[in-house]
Amino acid sequence: MIKIVKRDQPSRAIFFFTPVLAIILTLVAGGLIFFILGFKPFEALKFFFIVPIADKYGFSELLLKATPLCLIAIGLSFCFKSNNWNIGAEGQLTFGAIVSGGVALLFYEQEGFYILPTVILAGAIGGMLYASIPAILKTYFNTNEILVSLMLVYVSKLILDYLVVGPWSNPEGFNFPETRQFSDSAKLPLLFEGLRIHAGIFLALAAVVISWFVFYKTYLGFQMKVSGFSLKTAKYAGYKGKKMIILVFLISGACAGLAGVGEITGPIGQLHREISPDYGFTAIIVAFLGRLHPVGIIFASLVVAITYLGAETAQIFMQIPKYTGQVFQGMILFFLLASDYLLFFKIKFIGLKK
Amino acid sequence: MIIDINFIGLIIASIMASAVPLILASCGELITERSGVLNLGVEGMMIIGAISGFALMTVTGSLIIAIFGAMLAGVLISTIFAFLTQTLITNHVATGLALTIFGIGISAMIGKNFVGIPGKEFPVLFEGLKDTIPLLGPILFGHSIVFYFAFALPFITSYFLKKTKIGLIVRAIGDSPESASNQGINVRLVRYACILYGGAMSGLAGAYLSMIYTPQWIENMTGGRGWIALALVVFSTWNPIKILIGAMIFGGLTIIQFHMQAIGVRIPVQFLTALPYIVTIIVLVVISRDSRKIRLSTPSSLGKSFHKDN
Repeated sequence: MIKIVKRDQPSRAIFFFTPVLAIILTLVAGGLIFFILGFKPFEALKFFFIVPIADKYGFSELLLKATPLCLIAIGLSFCFKSNNWNIGAEGQLTFGAIVSGGVALLFYEQEGFYILPTVILAGAIGGMLYASIPAILKTYFNTNEILVSLMLVYVSKLILDYLVVGPWSNPEGFNFPETRQFSDSAKLPLLFEGLRIHAGIFLALAAVVISWFVFYKTYLGFQMKVSGFSLKTAKYAGYKGKKMIILVFLISGACAGLAGVGEITGPIGQLHREISPDYGFTAIIVAFLGRLHPVGIIFASLVVAITYLGAETAQIFMQIPKYTGQVFQGMILFFLLASDYLLFFKIKFIGLKK
Repeated sequence: MIIDINFIGLIIASIMASAVPLILASCGELITERSGVLNLGVEGMMIIGAISGFALMTVTGSLIIAIFGAMLAGVLISTIFAFLTQTLITNHVATGLALTIFGIGISAMIGKNFVGIPGKEFPVLFEGLKDTIPLLGPILFGHSIVFYFAFALPFITSYFLKKTKIGLIVRAIGDSPESASNQGINVRLVRYACILYGGAMSGLAGAYLSMIYTPQWIENMTGGRGWIALALVVFSTWNPIKILIGAMIFGGLTIIQFHMQAIGVRIPVQFLTALPYIVTIIVLVVISRDSRKIRLSTPSSLGKSFHKDN
């Protein structure tokens, strides 16, 4: 007989084990879906998860996709740890890209060492500005940040669309919805000849280190943790709740904005209509899968980045629709949340003879 | 300038038509939220309903199977949410987001083979009465059955919550699952039912979009309507009658946007398209500013997990 028993306290070992379990369950369920769709499950999974990263180019693409996911998820972990539901990182990424792209266009055909830092800073500021809207509305007008940050995603994409079709479109671009190419000084340098991986990865790594330091070595990190556990306790301890809400939103917006900078000043080097394949939404999954821990987020971003690449490879080689990637992402989060049950409850097998 | 009075009637009717999916999804979510469960997966359930309805209509040729199939699809997908949040006690917000991401992915996967296929004509009722009354004729007559159902739903929902015993139980659970549980009510069971009902209504809202409003399948065709429906529930302060008002405002914004483009108003089309989202934010701010009123009308246990052993 099976009996479910509540644990006295959440199990620490299981806390780090469940993400792995979630990934395994996702692979099993994914294989099942492939089987239902009429593909050979093992072959499909191989094309999805192994073939894309089997060579040097594939590995570079993996890092390229993991970079924005990691960066955004690090930012989101500040929000989620303190119980702020910023789900509009996609909008903050887009707005960051718009601002940094605008600055990069100002330096059109100019060169100089100061251009790239300015462009990067502009992206971070753009993301912060955009994230400050839900933060301010939440703190001063009691407005639900989930809905506001999400609505702003749609607005940001329409602003981008307006700019690249209208005033910022390339005058020599035959009406393609894209801007002029940025000058070389406004682009993040590529790291290796022939590969697309660029210096943006260092921004992500810096974010990992800084966030680790803030979470575990500063008073702010402690305050965030307490507020995440119980808002009442935080209030009782006299923490400035409003300030912290705005701060975590700004951090998260800056990270998303930087991810936007990476997308447009990396290999592409211009603004166009679709700068992000929903990195901002997928990063929510990455943040949870990484357990809101900086190191966990690195691993999670690599795992989830494979779903992007795998979807592309599977589409080319097996005509599996590319949306399978999104299905896998949704499933990972489902399974992760479900296996968290084991954190709080033990499953005991009783009455079995040894 | 002579304005044809029937033309005004037609505009009002088109506003009502675009309000239908919002009313359906909001009224469903309202019941779910009244029981204390916050399901952010409305957009995902809606898009699943949209593709299921369209696919079933194309494959079986039966509109009835398609409509009920879409509702069933909404129920099935919301069962995942119900199982996770109620049985495995997961976080409502995260689970709802997963549902939306999953739903959009699955719908695009199924919908791949249905892109570009023309829809079927959906029968309308009382077509002949349209010209009998000026102004009111086009407003009242010549719509699909789903349209009439949507406009009756807020009143039915209101009656259900206020006057029926089950409605009272739903409200009691939303406000205090502990005391409801002590009264011997099976909190988990009622919440399951409310979640599945919300799924059915979102599924119907999606089917309305893909089968009646714009009879075709387009990827991501819900375009944020599920999120606007969620905002409408807040706007209504959990009162179904006010959903009607809110949905008409948003329907109006959508329709005005088309007409402004048609008369050639020199505002960028992207701005007009962004209008419903911007107005949603403004409306949310205005409604939520009064934190006391919000606190009084929000179901007290909204979004909080309940476990009997706690």
